[in-house]
Amino acid sequence: MDQMLLISILAAAVTSGTPILYAALGEILAERSGVLNLGLEGMMLVGAVSGFMAAVKTSNPWLGLMVAALAGGVLALIHAFLTINLRANQVVSGLALTIFGTGLSGFLGKPLIGIPAPQTFKPVTIPLLGKIPLLGPILFQQDYLVYLSYLLVPILWFYLYRTRPGLHLRAVGENPAAADAMGVGVFSLRYLYVAVGGMLAGIGGAYLSLAYAPTWLENMTAGRGWIAIALVIFSMWDPVRALLGSYLFGGVDALGFRIQAVGAMIPSFFLNMLPYIFTILVLILATREGSRRGAAGPGALGLPYDREER
Amino acid sequence: MKDEPNLVEMRDITKGFPGVLANDRVSFAARAGEIHALLGENGAGKSTLMSILTGLYRPDEGEIIVAGRRIELHSPRDAIRNGIGMVYQHFRLIPPFSVAENVILGLDAPRFLLNMPEIEKKVAALSESYGLRVDPKVKVWQLSVGEQQRVEIVKMLYRGARILILDEPTAVLTPQETRELFLTLRRMAGNGHAVIFITHKLHEVMEVADRITVLRGGRSVGTVEKKDTNPASLARMMVGREIPPAPSRSEGPRGEKILELQAVQAMSDKGLPALRGVSLTIRAGELLGIAGVSGNGQKELAEVVTGLRPVQAGRLYIKGKDLTNRSPKEIIEAGVSHVPEDRLGTGLIPNLGVLENVILKEYRRPPISRGPLLDRRAARERSEDLVRDFQVKVAYLDLPVKLLSGGNLQRLLLAREISAAPSLIVAVYPVRGLDIGATETVHNLLLQQKARGAAILLISEDLEEILHLSDRVAVMYEGEIQGVLPSSEARLEEIGLLMAGMKKEATTA
Repeated sequence: MDQMLLISILAAAVTSGTPILYAALGEILAERSGVLNLGLEGMMLVGAVSGFMAAVKTSNPWLGLMVAALAGGVLALIHAFLTINLRANQVVSGLALTIFGTGLSGFLGKPLIGIPAPQTFKPVTIPLLGKIPLLGPILFQQDYLVYLSYLLVPILWFYLYRTRPGLHLRAVGENPAAADAMGVGVFSLRYLYVAVGGMLAGIGGAYLSLAYAPTWLENMTAGRGWIAIALVIFSMWDPVRALLGSYLFGGVDALGFRIQAVGAMIPSFFLNMLPYIFTILVLILATREGSRRGAAGPGALGLPYDREER
Repeated sequence: MKDEPNLVEMRDITKGFPGVLANDRVSFAARAGEIHALLGENGAGKSTLMSILTGLYRPDEGEIIVAGRRIELHSPRDAIRNGIGMVYQHFRLIPPFSVAENVILGLDAPRFLLNMPEIEKKVAALSESYGLRVDPKVKVWQLSVGEQQRVEIVKMLYRGARILILDEPTAVLTPQETRELFLTLRRMAGNGHAVIFITHKLHEVMEVADRITVLRGGRSVGTVEKKDTNPASLARMMVGREIPPAPSRSEGPRGEKILELQAVQAMSDKGLPALRGVSLTIRAGELLGIAGVSGNGQKELAEVVTGLRPVQAGRLYIKGKDLTNRSPKEIIEAGVSHVPEDRLGTGLIPNLGVLENVILKEYRRPPISRGPLLDRRAARERSEDLVRDFQVKVAYLDLPVKLLSGGNLQRLLLAREISAAPSLIVAVYPVRGLDIGATETVHNLLLQQKARGAAILLISEDLEEILHLSDRVAVMYEGEIQGVLPSSEARLEEIGLLMAGMKKEATTA
């Protein structure tokens, strides 16, 4: 494999890993607070369609991005209300959210199919860094959303492990009763992080419709929301590992395309399956690793909290 | 100290839960500088009263006055702001976090950035000033239970708590740790704190308290000075009747070896060694008590004997038959009954009815089974018999057992386990959470079974219970049997040392 091909595959890995990364970072926040949100796929789709819609109307991709984040956040609030206030089963509520989001985005997006985005996020070469051999073209000739995700990962890591609000976030997800007894607002924090998680998922969706594709197609996430959920487990709820994982998935995805482009005699269906097969393999390995190390995620993940329960 | 004004006062507190009135116009007051015991049986309303004082529950009626000011407590945060701190029986700690992280959790300062080295220094300084040794850098899951309790106390002191409430703090401690805790409490009272000590153990009250308030059935029976009272009169206040003398242990004839463990090793759920070569034997008609601070392998020992946990090395014999690593079914068939620690998790199926739970171990055999079918009528008769004989109070037989009270649950479980006329009963914390009446019943049932010739393995945290019921006492520490003593010769002091891991000269089981 010559160097140009390698660089283009790796650069494509970053691009196609980015929407998954945004969604996974959002899910990490929600799950760290103890709320499992399986509605990722639905929130991404609604983010993708609403962001695209706003960008078409205003010709401003940044406005599109904000609308997408808002839409994802609003959808997540439904999940928050059901699971935090009404203490509904988080799995059921999340699945419902995905079904709802898929339907809603299909409905809203009907008139948009086939329209090209007027303005999209285009690659911008960063001065100096973009000139580094190998790394430059892979990492620093990307669009602004990719750069934003580079910043988001260390910021989230620092927030989680080195700040007071981060400590409270982790506490609420590990042991809400203990956090509550210490005066940490379990309900408000869970609301906050579920909503922020939804916003990040919306941004991940908008990345697909405003930078990656860039157009609207029904069901264009194609399971990326589910991959992101798997990735959260693989990353052991850590933003830095989520970044590596996203690019790994992105790489498998990109590899499929390139193999087709090179004209290898492998059916394209099989190549399209690669990311999903890879997901299953990674999950098997990650859970084996996890159970061996006794790291099973936030202690109270998936459990509703009820202060007066006896 | 007599003239000290009340630091905290609760007036006519009433709090109801669906179906129960947990507190009925209870009044309670504690002064600065005193250790005030709140005494009562389980379900007397002690924990509810204190949960109201810590802002966890809202009272339906009544008022709270702290330092002369009437206050409203809407949340635990309000309570902390008013200088009220509670050390719960089940610690409110976050195991993956460090000691210092747990201490500062929920505080307003620092605002954003955590400068851990500085916080750790402050925590260390504070804990040393009260003689509470603990390393602020260590993760909480690495600490012993006694150390975790110290973290809880430091946590409250760090918040400037002047009123410190401890809920059954000695339940998880060795006698030595208990003594150390009492010294700490005395030191805190000396510094002008009001220490409120929730307990149902009379001897502890007599040892450490200045004044005692007794609750019974959700009402306050009265407050007395320790010097004006004695254990017998406190017990009367607590139970509301004379306590019958405890059933005494009878020295029946010992029979054949029923249970024999030879150098058994097993892993914990976390994959760490939990049993490191345990050997013991129990004969027919003998009750062997396992003492020790919980988490030293007792749970794993019970699970190994009942076939729920694989044995890594060593042998398990029941009535001379090698049953190492056989299925629970084979072990049940060999005549082993199990009264597990977790009644509703391991012992009974919470959402199924009484009837289904009763036949769980017999459904395979006639008369309950008829080929592939269940004989509902036979099952019903069987359940009715057991419910009557063991005085389980149930409205109807299909009632989901999760709705039964602790005492009724335990009677139902014992009914099922004992009715099979087992040759070995493994009873794990059989009276935990039960009131005095139910405790009596359970103890009597176990002693009856012993008299009938069953071998009994009793695991308990309560040394008095063990000394009282057992023929021999084995002490476990870190997965090993530290020593086995005939209970007639065992002294509390000696057992306490063994529980803390100070091994005695070779004694074998």
